[in-house]
Amino acid sequence: MNTVLRTENLNKFFYDPIEFKVLKNIEFEVKKGEFLSMIGKSGSGKSTLLYILSTMDNDYSGSLFIDNELVTGLSKDKMAEIRNEKIGFVFQFHYLLSEFSCLQNVMIPALKLGRLSVKDIEAKAYEKLEILGLKDQALKPASKLSGGQQQRVAIARALINDPIIIMGDEPTGNLDSNNTRLVFDMFQHLTRSYGQTIISVTHDDDFAKKSDRIIEMKDGEIVKY
Amino acid sequence: MNLSSSIAKTYIFSNKKLTAVAVLGVLLGMSVYIFMNSLLVGFDKSSNASIFRNTSHIRVYKDDEMSKSLNQDSFSLSLIINPKVVPTNNTILNPNMILATILKQKDVVAATPQVNTNVFYNKGRLQISGFAIGIKPDEANTMYNIKSFMVEGDFNVLKSNPNAIVIGSGISQKMNLSIGDYLNLTSSKGINRSFKVIGIFKTNNSVTDKTKSYINLAASQQLLKEGNSYITDINVNVRDPEHANKVAQELTKITGYKAEGWKEANETLMATNKMRKMIITFVSLTILLVAGFGIYNILNMTVSQKINDIAILKAIGFKGKDVIYVFVKQAIFIGIVGVIGGVMMATILITILKRVYLGGDIGYFPIDYEPLKFMQGIIIGLVITFFAGYIPAKKAANVDPVAIFRK
Repeated sequence: MNTVLRTENLNKFFYDPIEFKVLKNIEFEVKKGEFLSMIGKSGSGKSTLLYILSTMDNDYSGSLFIDNELVTGLSKDKMAEIRNEKIGFVFQFHYLLSEFSCLQNVMIPALKLGRLSVKDIEAKAYEKLEILGLKDQALKPASKLSGGQQQRVAIARALINDPIIIMGDEPTGNLDSNNTRLVFDMFQHLTRSYGQTIISVTHDDDFAKKSDRIIEMKDGEIVKY
Repeated sequence: MNLSSSIAKTYIFSNKKLTAVAVLGVLLGMSVYIFMNSLLVGFDKSSNASIFRNTSHIRVYKDDEMSKSLNQDSFSLSLIINPKVVPTNNTILNPNMILATILKQKDVVAATPQVNTNVFYNKGRLQISGFAIGIKPDEANTMYNIKSFMVEGDFNVLKSNPNAIVIGSGISQKMNLSIGDYLNLTSSKGINRSFKVIGIFKTNNSVTDKTKSYINLAASQQLLKEGNSYITDINVNVRDPEHANKVAQELTKITGYKAEGWKEANETLMATNKMRKMIITFVSLTILLVAGFGIYNILNMTVSQKINDIAILKAIGFKGKDVIYVFVKQAIFIGIVGVIGGVMMATILITILKRVYLGGDIGYFPIDYEPLKFMQGIIIGLVITFFAGYIPAKKAANVDPVAIFRK
């Protein structure tokens, strides 16, 4: 199987309020189609690691490869392009643009990518919303939906560009068990059917156990691989 | 429509009140800027117009000379002298040749001789001092547009009647003179002569109206017991009054007589104009700047409110410059709407004020639509709104999404 993400000797320091090494020599690989969970206590560095993997945090030493391409050291604009094309994000909070309809929210990353016509993007957004059971809510403003629905819209937005990696920062953290199960099944479906890779930070042990692989972190190091 | 524009649009229309306040700020700033500057131009034009009713652009005359010591030799005896004005004639020698020379200058559009005569106007026992100006009627009219401020009589009669006089409205009131009446003038040389009133003018400057009168050049020369080559002044008009001082300097060199530009002759007025210009420019620019601060404030607030949106937009692939576009486009939208509103508002204000009658020397409110000032206002307004938007936009572009997501 192909490697979609790889790190070499990642180190990161926090300097405020005192110098502190958050990540120590992180080296791991993620294969295509894997459903990976990262667990660990608060402060273990798992979120920090995820944001480095997401290319949004550039302040580290070591190397990061996404899709066999060295990302470390690229310009911020170039990284923004990579995020747009290859990575989808789901956070604990949905981060939808409240003034826009669900459909528009889902369409924004694809419009930014600009590879398809607006009509095709719209069709595709409807398709993604349908997969998540939200087709009938498409034209409502994002702020009018329930928490579970909003999170599903956010997932649809993460999927619109068919990214090779979907990154989640406690994607089910705010959801009830019913919605959590729904999101989990969705993720699993994506890895099985479309070969998309999922890297998710979670506190939910059940969620983690059901995933393909668990990386446990402690004090900035990977303890279980 | 491209993505950043449509996001900008959504932000603008989702918070209509804030947008309206920002637009109103620009609108008021713009309209006041254009209005005040148009007013400034109007003031300048009206004050110049009232100057040019009495004064030509350049006046060429023989300046008084001080007596000098005859003895320039330092070896001879010292002589105590009392320097004073040499009592020579203040006439311009060979005026026709000098007039021809002046007219040959490329910037000069008109030149006419004039004789200034101090006189007493007598009627019965009533006596008023003033000055009668000897002119060539046609040439003087083209220069001062005397016909435009005539209130009674026909100025053209002055050409055909050597004993005609056109008097100021103040003189006619005081002496109870109307068209066809005779008026006796006594000159400084003791000459008495009767003139027939054929016209009355009114400049709305009461001093001028109470003292000034126009007579034929020949009549004024007779009043001074002089021949027909006696000319005290040559008045010159140039193409662009703003350059009068420069042309005056050249004329001084060429003719050897003192040539004085109108700005030099009206220095107090010029200083007042300058001060007015400075104050109005400063105030109107400040108002525009304050409007810019309004936009800055509102966009800054939007950036703070939408910081989550900015973070997620950056996460899904918006570059720094895309975020800048989103906010600068909002500023430009506010700017353009404000500027259009401001231009309309200024046009309305000017239209209303143009119809306000002030009376006196000024008449109607001296304001007009000044295309240059409109252009200036539009450009400055747009530049200010652009920068007022760019600074918060830059701040938005520098938002670190990780810091937001980790909160």
